[in-house]
Amino acid sequence: MVDLSTTYLGLNLRNPLVASASPLSKHVDSVKRMEDAGVSAVVMYSLFEEEIIHESEELNYHLEQGTESFPEALTYFPDLEYGNLAPEQYLELLRKLKASVGIPVIASLNGSTLGGWEHYAKLMEQAGADALELNLYFVPTDLRLQAQALESGYIDLVKTIRSQIKIPLAVKLGPNFSSLPNFAVNLANAGANGLVLFNRFYQPDLDIETMEVLPNLELSTSSELRLPLRWIAILYSRVKTDFALTSGVHTPEDVVKAVMAGANVAMTASALLHNGTDYARILLRGVSEWMDKYEYDSIGQMRGALSQKNVQDPAAFERVNYMKILNTFNPRLP
Amino acid sequence: MTRKKITLDANEAVAQIAFKLSEVVAIYPITPSSAMGEFADAWAATGTKNLWGTVPSVMEMQSEGGAAGAVHGALQAGSLTTTFTASQGLLLMIPNMYKIAGELTPTVFHVTARTIATHALSIYGDHSDVMATRQTGFALLASSSVQTAHDNALIANAATFDSRVPFMHFFDGFRTSHEVNKFEQLTEDDIRAMISEEKIEEFRGRALNPEHPFIRGTAQNPDVFFQAREACNSFYIACPEKVQAAMDRFAKLTGRQYRLFDYTGPADATEVIVIMGSGAETADETAAFLNAHQGKKYGVLNVRLYRPFSVDAFVKALPATVKTLAVMDRTKESGSIGDPLYLDVVTAISEAIAAGKAPFKQSPRIIGGRYGLSSKEFTPAMVKAVFEEMEKAAPKTHFTVGINDDVTHTSLEYDNHFHIADPKTVRCVFFGLGSDGTVGANKNSIKIIGEDTDNYAQGFFYYDSKKSGSITISHLRFGPKPIRAPYLIGDGDANFVACHQFSFLERIDILKYAAPNAVFLLNSIYGPDEVWDHLPREVQSDIINKHLKFYTIDAYEVAEKTGMGGRLNTIMQTCFFAISGVLPREEAIKQIKKSIQKTYGKRGEAVVEKNYAAVDASLDYLYEVKVPAEVTSTFSRRSPVPAEAPKFVADVLGPMIVYEGDSLPVSAMPVDGTFPSATARWEKRNIGLEVPVWETDLCIQCGKCAFVCPHAVIRTKVYDPKELSGAPATFKAIDAKFKELPGMKYTIQVSPEDCTGCGLCVETCPAKDKTNPSRKAINMAPQVPLRESESVNWDFFIKIPEANLDAVAPTTVKNSQLLEPTFEFSGACSGCGETPYIKLVSQLFGDRAFVANATGCSSIYGANLPTTPWAVNNQGRGPAWSNSLFEDNAEFGLGMRLTIDQQNEFARGILSTMGGELGDELVSSILNADQTTNQGVREQRARVAVLKGKLASSKSPMAKKLLGVADYMVKKSVWIIGGDGWAYDIGYGGLDHVISTGRNVNILVLDTEVYSNTGGQSSKATPRAAVAKFAAKGKGLPKKDLGMIAMTYGYVYVARVAMGSSDQQTLKALLEADAYNGPSLIIAYSHCINHGIDMRKGLEQQKLAVNSGVWPLYRFNPTLAEEGKNPLVIDSKDPSISVKDYAYNETRYRMLTQSDEARSELLMAEAQDDAKRRIDLYKQLAALQQIAPDQN
Repeated sequence: MVDLSTTYLGLNLRNPLVASASPLSKHVDSVKRMEDAGVSAVVMYSLFEEEIIHESEELNYHLEQGTESFPEALTYFPDLEYGNLAPEQYLELLRKLKASVGIPVIASLNGSTLGGWEHYAKLMEQAGADALELNLYFVPTDLRLQAQALESGYIDLVKTIRSQIKIPLAVKLGPNFSSLPNFAVNLANAGANGLVLFNRFYQPDLDIETMEVLPNLELSTSSELRLPLRWIAILYSRVKTDFALTSGVHTPEDVVKAVMAGANVAMTASALLHNGTDYARILLRGVSEWMDKYEYDSIGQMRGALSQKNVQDPAAFERVNYMKILNTFNPRLP
Repeated sequence: MTRKKITLDANEAVAQIAFKLSEVVAIYPITPSSAMGEFADAWAATGTKNLWGTVPSVMEMQSEGGAAGAVHGALQAGSLTTTFTASQGLLLMIPNMYKIAGELTPTVFHVTARTIATHALSIYGDHSDVMATRQTGFALLASSSVQTAHDNALIANAATFDSRVPFMHFFDGFRTSHEVNKFEQLTEDDIRAMISEEKIEEFRGRALNPEHPFIRGTAQNPDVFFQAREACNSFYIACPEKVQAAMDRFAKLTGRQYRLFDYTGPADATEVIVIMGSGAETADETAAFLNAHQGKKYGVLNVRLYRPFSVDAFVKALPATVKTLAVMDRTKESGSIGDPLYLDVVTAISEAIAAGKAPFKQSPRIIGGRYGLSSKEFTPAMVKAVFEEMEKAAPKTHFTVGINDDVTHTSLEYDNHFHIADPKTVRCVFFGLGSDGTVGANKNSIKIIGEDTDNYAQGFFYYDSKKSGSITISHLRFGPKPIRAPYLIGDGDANFVACHQFSFLERIDILKYAAPNAVFLLNSIYGPDEVWDHLPREVQSDIINKHLKFYTIDAYEVAEKTGMGGRLNTIMQTCFFAISGVLPREEAIKQIKKSIQKTYGKRGEAVVEKNYAAVDASLDYLYEVKVPAEVTSTFSRRSPVPAEAPKFVADVLGPMIVYEGDSLPVSAMPVDGTFPSATARWEKRNIGLEVPVWETDLCIQCGKCAFVCPHAVIRTKVYDPKELSGAPATFKAIDAKFKELPGMKYTIQVSPEDCTGCGLCVETCPAKDKTNPSRKAINMAPQVPLRESESVNWDFFIKIPEANLDAVAPTTVKNSQLLEPTFEFSGACSGCGETPYIKLVSQLFGDRAFVANATGCSSIYGANLPTTPWAVNNQGRGPAWSNSLFEDNAEFGLGMRLTIDQQNEFARGILSTMGGELGDELVSSILNADQTTNQGVREQRARVAVLKGKLASSKSPMAKKLLGVADYMVKKSVWIIGGDGWAYDIGYGGLDHVISTGRNVNILVLDTEVYSNTGGQSSKATPRAAVAKFAAKGKGLPKKDLGMIAMTYGYVYVARVAMGSSDQQTLKALLEADAYNGPSLIIAYSHCINHGIDMRKGLEQQKLAVNSGVWPLYRFNPTLAEEGKNPLVIDSKDPSISVKDYAYNETRYRMLTQSDEARSELLMAEAQDDAKRRIDLYKQLAALQQIAPDQN
């Protein structure tokens, strides 16, 4: 019997398969089903501060629109209690999840103001989150914003949040940083306990008939695994944080690859959305069988085996496509 | 339990008591009582319990008649039951009121007294409705203030159980129902102490029960009915004493002593006013003032229990010294000797003297006065005039006060500048826009002052009748003494005047309210050093002459910086507190923030934070302006209407536009409620911040922008190129692309001063710039820079003669838009979803349309003074429009059809005998004319014109008769228009009957899925899962399928349309409905402010409604059945999105997810199922093989 257990952010997990943020984490029932299927932890969907503000302002706008103007219709809606507004809706779900499932629940936050990040991080900790994932989901479009300023802003943010809460802290990143290793080290120094690689940014499509931008988010495919795989392999053991690989985890082999690259956990959402929550059993059985077949006793034994540090050809992770021709020539050969 | 002093309006104050004492509440919306039902529904939805620990069953009914029936049934079955209503609604309850009273059944109806529609509808207050029930056998208990309304709601309940006589408790609509005032709230202990459990048990013991059955409601014959009718007498005789006993018990509990007739004034008064309702407060305060300051001996008798009328109590209440009584009625009974209270008083005095019960031997002189109809102001100045009239040797025995009756000279003169306000009472007037939040802020201010200081406070709010760009005027009083002033702050009486929108100064005399040395706060984009130069002469003059302290703030900038958009509320509120000094600044800001948290807290922190930011930023922008010694302005206030406006518009409607309608004399008014058409075009409101601009290079001339324009401000015209000579420099024209009209020019023109800036035109425009698709063929641009040039262009455009459109069939959207709308510039909400349909009807059929319009949004934006949108075309023809009631609109329209058909037959009958005189060819061509197309109608009109020419010169009596009815031989189109509240609910019975008659009427249902005009109460058209008032938990049942019901007749044309999804299908349906020689029913999806949407996206929501299957488009045309085809054609495709994808764009659905997610998910799943089942059914019906009639 192989030992699938792992640790992530100081949490002891029964296996390396973690459910990443998806509609499945919006309902207690589906989280319970994921737990039953073997998932070892769940990351809740992200609470977006912008959405909190938008929801509040939008609700207020429509409740106020046209009121106190016309004598027969001084209001247009009944006066309700909105207990299910964000962030309360989110915090309530978090509390319910904590009361209903045994696996760790990791809250996820995307703030838009420093005050917002701090405020909601504390609320999530108070609501019982086992860890917090800071979702640094920001698409810079301002021509004046310098890369250095953006990065140091993120570092300051992590430092601030770290000083405000006690629960473990992970940082989820996009892949588009000029020098990811340096940035990763800085995040670790700022207090991040784990790095989650990578965020899949919303990529709108274009409708060339109507000449409009179409909001669109497609489920990931296995091919997307390569990017985080490479970077976790490069950073493993050199940056003193845990790693979670997210994007493109669809098969047991994908999970094995993630661990071998150096990830503590492999996160998946698309595979469970596409195949149903029970697919977690298949993934985990597949990992066990693979480990059995290749005689690995534990995840710990596997972890980082194919990281840049340990792999036979460390330079392989540094090459880019057009250089693959060089594979035919090995300078170290006599 | 300690009593709290709280600050609320009377509707809420009364509803609190009514709810606590009810087990069943039957409700139906009607202004100004709707809020009581809304409170009851909302409290029940959140599980609030009554005095006995159960949650009352609150049931919305289909009409007030239905509500009264449900009340009757609930009472008979033994529940404590109430209802709330007003005006026409109360009239509909009258039949049941007789029954309930005849059966001696305890209940209390709470009524906000409101005008009954006569020559016109009015939503405002007087006693014409309650007076129409005085014969029903209900006891009538009047309240004169918020406190007494709260108290009497309880006293009435106590008295009804003690006496078994049912009660109607009433208070003045708007004046009391909507006045916010500080009052002492009764506790549950108070309520319990007043209600006899024993009497309630007796009531329940009399209820129907199969365990010990009896029957009630028999039919009786002449032998016993009369005696049985008299059998109840002892209960009515005993009732007044029981009421007084309840009042006395109440006084012991609370210290507030009421009497059946409350007299105030000296014991030796010589002049006494007898009056009922809020006017009594004014009379009382004025008498006290005049007695104190002028040594008068004036008294006031406040009638509280009007029915049963206790002669004994009445005369006992009067001082023996009284010489003259003036009995004031707030109602009018045309043709009567006097109005009802007057007649009662005359009779009471006469009987009391005859019986030796009166304190005086000789009857005092009794005169009768009428006041306050439709909330006409009743002020201390008017009370003073009444007292002074009484002192005259020969007073007017029947007079009016508050108007200038220059026709029959009934009115008393009064001094409008007579005021009695306590100098310690601060009086403030605020002018704002509905959309800037002024009223909301003032309501909060009143609460802060009333509940967080020792001051008493009062707020009353005036709203104009427009649904977009409306102006509000807030009247606030506060001070150390209770505020008993149920009238507006008058000319020269305000210590503080605020103008929240600079542009108002250009047209409204705002500073007339300012007292000498008052404070004037102006929101202005101009700084303290430059604002003076932008004021009209009149304003500068008032500021100087009245020595006003003048402050200015740029609230627009504060709002912009703090993300408040157009909401200036908290900004101006902060300035008010800072200047008025009612609280120390720090304390005021703390209290404002507390009230912001209370108001907005449950909507999320973001809104609260934004408002806090606005408060914190405001005072940095507040400046006192140094007032120059001289008037320097070179311009005056603008005239309300252009100089070229017709005389009636200028002289009569003009003053109303600038809030000076009170000054118009009786002689200015039409005697029968008839007003000219086409007056909205003279009221240039300039409310659109942005207006559409036409891009000629991109335009494909599809006409969609004009088609959807809710306000008819976008027009298209095809015309001869020679008409362009003399065109203004910026006037745009391109070659017309109409195959029927070669060589012509084409223009799309916008009326900038009438546009509301809704942007629907831009949203619907399909033509995009190929390299910059954000630029369309029509785009919004700021109005101010365009106003002048585009107004000139509009005037030029309107005068261009259009091309001959005979060859242009209006069967396409683009062609239809060449027809002139005869419904324009209404006061509907910006981006209204109803008015584009009405406008289209007016374009297609306006020149021959009779319109019967149900009461509701469409009758208000369609016909609320001062100006009205139903218009005439360039030949002077246009819709003949009228409104009868809410409930009878289908019947009203059918009546029009019957007349048209009758007169047509009459005309044809005469014409058929006159071939010899008029020529057989003309006669035959008229009698056999094909009028199924617009072209055919035009030709018939030409023939009838020839006929009328001949008839005019004929001397034969038959010719004279025919001349009077000849027009009826030109096809007339009857349009019966109303909303879903009418069609699905209150008017459904009539609608069903009218379509069953087979007569040729066209019914257009503007389906907003709620009672829009009264603020969004649920109707049977409300879909499942949507939240509405009266469905605060989300409607749990599906929408009624009105179209399906109508289809079952087989001979009714039925269409379901949504122009945002298919404009062409809408057009086709309207044309087919008109062409069908039988009843037609068109149900039109009308997006609405009640849906909680961005109104600019209204058409998009229509499309999504269709795409989701919520609103399938179809036409059911019986003529197809006659051809052996299936009459049902489904015009929309199978659903392509889920109901959720449509619904959750709308607050009405989304708010349920935010308040009760589990219920919302359940109802949404069911709503999805509803849509699927409905479409499946339609598809099955549309697939049925039809058997042609001759094959049967």
